Parts: sequence; C-alpha cells; structure tokens
Amino acid sequence: MADVLELLLRVGCVFVAFLVLPLLVGQTEHKVMAHMQGRLGPMYAGGFHGWAQLVADGVKFAQKEDIVPANADRRVFQLAPVLALIPYLVALVAIPLAPGLVGAELETGLFFVLAVMGIGVLGSLMGGWASANKYSLLGAFRSAGQLLAYELPFVLAAASVAMAAGTLSLTGIVEAWQPWWLLWQLPGMLVFFVAGLAELHRPPFDMPVADAEIIFGPYTEYTGIRFALFLLAEYAGIVVLAALTTVLFLGGWHGPFSDALGWLWTLLKAFAVAFVVIWVRVAYPRLRSDQLQRLGWQVLVPLALVQLALTGVVSVVIS
Amino acid sequence: MNGMAQPDNASYYATYTTVLTVILVGVAFAAAAFGANRLLRPTRPTREKLLTYESGVDPVGEGWAQTHVRYYVFAYLYVVFAVDAIYLFPWATVFAAPGFGWVTLVEMFVFLGFIAVGLLYAWRKGVLTWT
Repeated sequence: MADVLELLLRVGCVFVAFLVLPLLVGQTEHKVMAHMQGRLGPMYAGGFHGWAQLVADGVKFAQKEDIVPANADRRVFQLAPVLALIPYLVALVAIPLAPGLVGAELETGLFFVLAVMGIGVLGSLMGGWASANKYSLLGAFRSAGQLLAYELPFVLAAASVAMAAGTLSLTGIVEAWQPWWLLWQLPGMLVFFVAGLAELHRPPFDMPVADAEIIFGPYTEYTGIRFALFLLAEYAGIVVLAALTTVLFLGGWHGPFSDALGWLWTLLKAFAVAFVVIWVRVAYPRLRSDQLQRLGWQVLVPLALVQLALTGVVSVVIS
Repeated sequence: MNGMAQPDNASYYATYTTVLTVILVGVAFAAAAFGANRLLRPTRPTREKLLTYESGVDPVGEGWAQTHVRYYVFAYLYVVFAVDAIYLFPWATVFAAPGFGWVTLVEMFVFLGFIAVGLLYAWRKGVLTWT
C-alpha cells in the first residue's frame, strides 16, 4: 500500500510539474519578449500583468472546432500531437531536482532521457506528412533534415559528461559534479545547448515552422486542442532541455544551503537556462536549413569530438 | 561490473513501473483533453473549411508532392555516426575506473579518430555542402 502511495505521489508530482512549468516558461516568454521589444505583452487576462493569459488560451483551445482536412490521413493526423507531447512528459520522470527528489531513479537515466527525447520529433514528421499540405510537407522535410544536424552533437556532448562522471545516472552525474567542470565541460555545454535548441525547433533554428515562408510548417493544418498540444510540447521541451542542461553541466542542486534548498537551486538554474532560450529567440535571426547543416557538421560535431578527447585525457590524468 | 552495485530486480521493476505509469498518465491526459474538446466544441464542417490550406487559393495538385531531398548524404553520414555514438556510452562509464586507464583511452581515441577521419573525408569530398 505504501508502495502504491509513493508511486502515485511521484507520478502526480511529475504530472503537475509537466503542466505547470511549461506554462510558467510560456508566460515568461510572453513578458520577457515583450519587454525586450519595447512592448508590454498580455496585460488583461487575470488582472495582474496578464498572468492568466495562457489559461485563457487553454480554455479557448479546448472549445474550438476540431478540423481535419478532407485530404488528410485522418488517424495519423489526429495522433501526431500526442506523440509529440508524451516524450517530454516521460523525460521529466528521470530528471532529479535534488537527491531522492526524482520521478524514477534510473541507472541509465541519461541514456533514457536522450532516447525518449528523440521520439518527440516523430510527432511533427507524422503531422507534416499526414496533413497532405505542401507547406506541412516542406516543414516535415525540414524537421527531418534538422534532425540529422543536431542529434549527433547532442548525444556526443551528453556522452562527455557521462565520461567525466563515470556514470549514466543523472543523480550520479550531479553528485560527481565539481565547480571547475564549468570550465572543463564548457564546449560540451555550448554544443549541447545549441543542439537542444535545434531539436526543439526554437529560433534561430525554427526553419521547420518558419512562419514567414511556410505558414507554420507541419502544424499549418492544425487547430484547437491538437494545436495546443503541439504548443505545449514545445514549451515542455524547453523545460526538459533547461533541466537537463542544469543537471548535466550546471551542477543541479549544488549551491549554498544545498542540503535544504537543493531543489530550489535546480529550479532556479533551469529557469535561468530557459530565460536564455527566450533571449536567443529575440536576439538572433533564423538560419537557413543548409546553414544549420553546416553549423552542425562543421562546428558542433568537431567541437563535441574535441570535448570528448579533452574529457578523456583529463579524466585519466586525475584518476 | 567494476564494483558498481547491481540493483536488485525488485527496485529495478519498481522504477520502471513509475515510468510506465507516467506514460499511461500521459495517454490519459491526451484522451481527457480530446474528450473535453469533444463535449465543448461546435461541429459545423463546410467544404471550404475542410479544404487543404494553400494561402487562400484553391489547392493545386495533391499535398504529397515530390520534392528533391537534398540532404540524403547527410542521412547516410548520420546513421553511421549515430551507431558509433551508441558505443561511446558503455565505454564512457568505465574507462577511468581502476584497471582501465590509458590503454582504454587510446583505444577510444583510435575509434574517435576513425570517426573524425570519416567526417574529414566527407568534408573534403564536398558532401557537407548543400547541393
């Protein structure tokens, strides 16, 4: 009975985090982007600085008519948003906030999270293909092309941390972390973060959804609740990427008073990373698909390989 | 297993029970969202509404158009490298453990060297430019 209760508590906490954190990031994006661009952003919904804007959006989405184009591959079209969303929920299970404060303590947590995150992109591929729309198809092809550019440096940079810590357990990695790793793993962190942005189709790597060129890429034909799930997937993805960057490279719960406030440090660092994700969106123009391939294969992959070599030599020297 | 404690089967299954439960919760969440939407939404389909969107013009031809996939060579490269990358993980956790050290590291450098030479070859052959 106690086991069942603990299971429900863990699953419940993960689910609540999955519902609340993306909304927080989304609202932060509304306000931060607005102020960076000399606007106010949403000010009406909820009274205080438009805090309930995303709740209002959610209510609107839930009431909207569900339109599946007559030419679309109906079943695949309808299922695509679910496949895009669930991987990020599942990835959250393995990410620890503090020692013991984690959905599931997986021995191979890092490997698990990387594997699960790789599934998310299938949602936009399915949606893009099943829409039977030329814009969507182009968007899906761009997604697929983008996948080839970012996935390898993403995995290699993560492998570098696993080498440094000597474990694949995310909790183990944070426990092995030392402040000087910030410098040692810096190239890996940059590669990981940039590749992660590309994985999430965030600007400046948002060519799969480039609204000025191909309407909204794979999501062109989507509306209502299915569109909302795709959007939620994007923001849940930011949460996962920020939390993972924190856990792998920024020392997770390490900080003053980490015995009592470790979880707060993890959350604060993750939000700082999420802020950078938003900042980058405002600061940089969109790259072309071929420019991303060049960046991926001629900068990120070599840099990740150099980081692997550096990690290997330093690890053996100090051990 | 280099002194790493093997988790006993009970706790192993317990952690993955959590993972499985979360997947089920995710599916239930999606089902609930679609169910609520079904109850709340209007349904007034018209021919124009169900038409494929092509910037307001009647669609020409069909959506599954042929395109020139310009990055298929990248796809080959990617598959080769991704399989290589998988081999890194089991090695990464043990190479600095007692009894491994420099020899293991050099072996990995040989492996990474092969990858790097492969990448360099592709680069020099001009594969890494958009055709």
